[in-house]
Amino acid sequence: MFESLGEKFEGVFRKIRGQKQLTDDNIKDAIREVRMALLEADVNYLIVKDFVQQVREDAVGQEIVKGVNPAQQLFSIVQKGLVRMMTGDPETDREFVVEPGGEKLILMLGLQGAGKTTFCGKLAARLAEKGTKPLLVACDVYRPAAIEQLKQVGGSLGLPVFEMGTDTPPVEIVRQARRHAAENGNDVVIVDTAGRLHIDEVKMDELVSIRDAHKPDYTFLVADAMTGQDAVNSAKAFNDQVGIDGVCLTKLDGDARGGAALSIKAVTGRPIVFAGVGEKSGDLEEFHPDRVAQRILGMGDVMSLVEKAEKAMDGEDAANMQEKLASGRFSYNDFIKQMKMINRMGSLKGLMGMLPGLGGLMKNMDNDVLTREFKRVEAMILSMTKEERENPELVKTQGKRRDRIARGSGHTLKQVNELVKQFEQMRGMMQQLTGDGVMGGLKKAMGGGDMPNPGEILAGGGVPELPPGMDPGMMPGVPKKYAKQMKKMEQKKRGSSYTPPKKKKKKNKSGRR
Amino acid sequence: MNDQQTPDPNQPEPEPGDSDAAQPARRKPGFFSRLFAATNTEVPQEPLADEAEEAEVAEAAAEAAEAAAEAEEPKRGVFGRIFGKKKKDDSAAEAPAEEPQPEPAAEFRAKKSWFRRLRDRLAATRQGLIGNLRAVFGLSGKLDEETIEELEAALIQSDVAVETTQRIIERMKASIKRRDRKEGGEVLFEVFREAIEDILVNSAPGFAPKTRESGPYVVMVVGVNGVGKTTTVAKMAKRCTDAGLKTMLVAGDTFRAAAVEQLEIWARRTGCEFVRGAHESDAAALCYDAMAQAKARGVQVVFVDTAGRLHTKSSLMDELGKIERVVKRQIPGAPHETLLVLDATTGQNAIQQVRIFSSAVKIGGLIMTKLDGTARGGVLLSVLDMFRIPITLIGVGEAVDDLRDFDPEQYAAALFGEDDAEKD
Repeated sequence: MFESLGEKFEGVFRKIRGQKQLTDDNIKDAIREVRMALLEADVNYLIVKDFVQQVREDAVGQEIVKGVNPAQQLFSIVQKGLVRMMTGDPETDREFVVEPGGEKLILMLGLQGAGKTTFCGKLAARLAEKGTKPLLVACDVYRPAAIEQLKQVGGSLGLPVFEMGTDTPPVEIVRQARRHAAENGNDVVIVDTAGRLHIDEVKMDELVSIRDAHKPDYTFLVADAMTGQDAVNSAKAFNDQVGIDGVCLTKLDGDARGGAALSIKAVTGRPIVFAGVGEKSGDLEEFHPDRVAQRILGMGDVMSLVEKAEKAMDGEDAANMQEKLASGRFSYNDFIKQMKMINRMGSLKGLMGMLPGLGGLMKNMDNDVLTREFKRVEAMILSMTKEERENPELVKTQGKRRDRIARGSGHTLKQVNELVKQFEQMRGMMQQLTGDGVMGGLKKAMGGGDMPNPGEILAGGGVPELPPGMDPGMMPGVPKKYAKQMKKMEQKKRGSSYTPPKKKKKKNKSGRR
Repeated sequence: MNDQQTPDPNQPEPEPGDSDAAQPARRKPGFFSRLFAATNTEVPQEPLADEAEEAEVAEAAAEAAEAAAEAEEPKRGVFGRIFGKKKKDDSAAEAPAEEPQPEPAAEFRAKKSWFRRLRDRLAATRQGLIGNLRAVFGLSGKLDEETIEELEAALIQSDVAVETTQRIIERMKASIKRRDRKEGGEVLFEVFREAIEDILVNSAPGFAPKTRESGPYVVMVVGVNGVGKTTTVAKMAKRCTDAGLKTMLVAGDTFRAAAVEQLEIWARRTGCEFVRGAHESDAAALCYDAMAQAKARGVQVVFVDTAGRLHTKSSLMDELGKIERVVKRQIPGAPHETLLVLDATTGQNAIQQVRIFSSAVKIGGLIMTKLDGTARGGVLLSVLDMFRIPITLIGVGEAVDDLRDFDPEQYAAALFGEDDAEKD
């Protein structure tokens, strides 16, 4: 994992505190960090060059606002620049509107393995939700079982799939499909094409002939978020030769920083419309330039985390939980339910990586250890009687019960005691947090309102403050040694931001002497 | 460059007439020369002296037919030569014999022009690393800020990881300092070459299943979604069946729609045994059963295809570990080789993929696919540098025979070869 740009900035700018203006000279190191961060995020080299130049021009000469950290100031210039570059232009972009009763043709294209077929399914599912009747058309006549794949995708969604085997040219398949759609009342036709290299002339010509014969209403380029420097070449070729209206960036649920988004937008001028965030049909999101900007800069993606959390909890559960938390009736059953929710959200490490600053801390943490720890806690709780689970007081007050639980779950008494202690602390903490509801509390706990303000994060030294009175050791399932590590880091961060930098420097100097 | 008989090694840019039938040994520009994008098409020959030329013809014909008809039918024999490391005798005899004799020349011409067109298209991007670097190093002859920046640009544009890029530069600086060398374009180039060779030392020869008396040799193939695992498995299986090995494919991707059917088609085409499970069934259980079947049927090589998974999904990564364990329970020592497939178009994230996959299962080698595009796949340098995991195979096309052994010497030769040097 990478160190976030914010953290690097903090170090770089320490030496220019007290200066009045951003100058070419004092932002030089910071600019270099910007450049490296963008390159590490896979933004194309040439685009980085331009971008960095722009940032420099924007920054130099700016007065340093009093009370604002110069790091913050430059960071916000960088972030705004990125968002601007990835935001669509309402003047030139074709808005993607598909209404029931129309007669739309949508064409998907892209390299092999970008995720076209999966995206076709997701888009069809979404359009069907809006009341249209999509028809999926299988035009990948090359890859073995590609047609079968689309048929299965369509089948699982209950949507029709049109295919003519592998011997009919795609242009003809589309023609027949449109006729079929007209006859069967399908108002949107989604054409899945074969993955192809942008330098494969024969196959590029095939796309051109589909375009010329059928004039699709929208053409989407499906691109992999993990793409490197080559993203510009392929995107440009597809746009120049066939023409695209928008881009879907897939596999954003991984940990790639997604700099390809910037490259593709810059080189094609076309908006990135959708983000693919998983393998299931519902895993499709609108593309948010601001979030990807954060991600590119290694600032974590708090909004996505919160959304993920909201998705993982169904509404009723969440309301129940909140009420229980507020009233202090939080039981072991609820605890286990909550752990399961967290598990449902995906890898712990991935989640922690979304939190600004924590990414760096987590890089030494083994995900396996965390999951294993979850399992241990679960085993202990499952060794409690129903009564004990509902009424934590019993376990808290009666050593005999704890002893039985330990033996029943194959743990030591000490481990059970630790769990009980953690649980009780957490219960207390949760009660404090629930003023704004569970999600509000979670957002609060993450140190922000709606969007985390990078400045705030920077001022806090990179890690959002933990809620008052919260000891990292109280986080359920965090093994003690890591808790210690987190605590130490927390202290260190606080310490460093409270220590006037000048003093520190002096100390270092005297130390050297 | 090397001692092989590349025709006209000094001719910088072949003219249209070169695609003449008289020069059958000229093949499509190799991946390596494309990686660093030299403007000529020469590629170091593989060290197989006598059969080489005939085999080349055969291969060219196969490729031409492939391009022309876009046939997906497996071509026989070509792989024999590449597979030659293990079964040299068989394959040498087999390669030319099975190929239709009269066609090569004409077909080959068609192929050449196809590549010519391709190359022309890429003229802009073909200003390659080496050419660039000669110019870069000549700028001031010093490793100054400007030179470093240009060097970084060249490396990073090939998707070499930022970390590796920095390390190459550090090594160059250290080397210059240590030996107190006088700087100059040539010295810089020399120092750069040493730094790259230092990295390439970490590679190993290509893929060759070690069949054993006692039971099947098990190869497991893993990777993120869409890198080309299934296709790669098919291509490797083809090698094995061509070499006369009894081969089995196990459809361990029980998740993605029609992944099983995809592999099944390949099993039929390549003449392999095939084991499948129900859709969304437990992959580990399937593999356990498959190993028992492999033993019972006397299979020599087993390929386990697995579902694509993003390395960030811990539960899916755990599943890989589980597959590894149950396979081992059936066949001690298996999987004998676990190969991670990387997509050449992947950027810096490939490093993360290697890191996490290799902490979930023991990765014995890497396969880099899709090197026939414009991506330069420089990430393989980074992988060698940071993980010391050998690059086993590279994929340079969709046809079943487009999987080649990675040869670090060939790579270095292409990188620093004489015929590369004269351009720019």
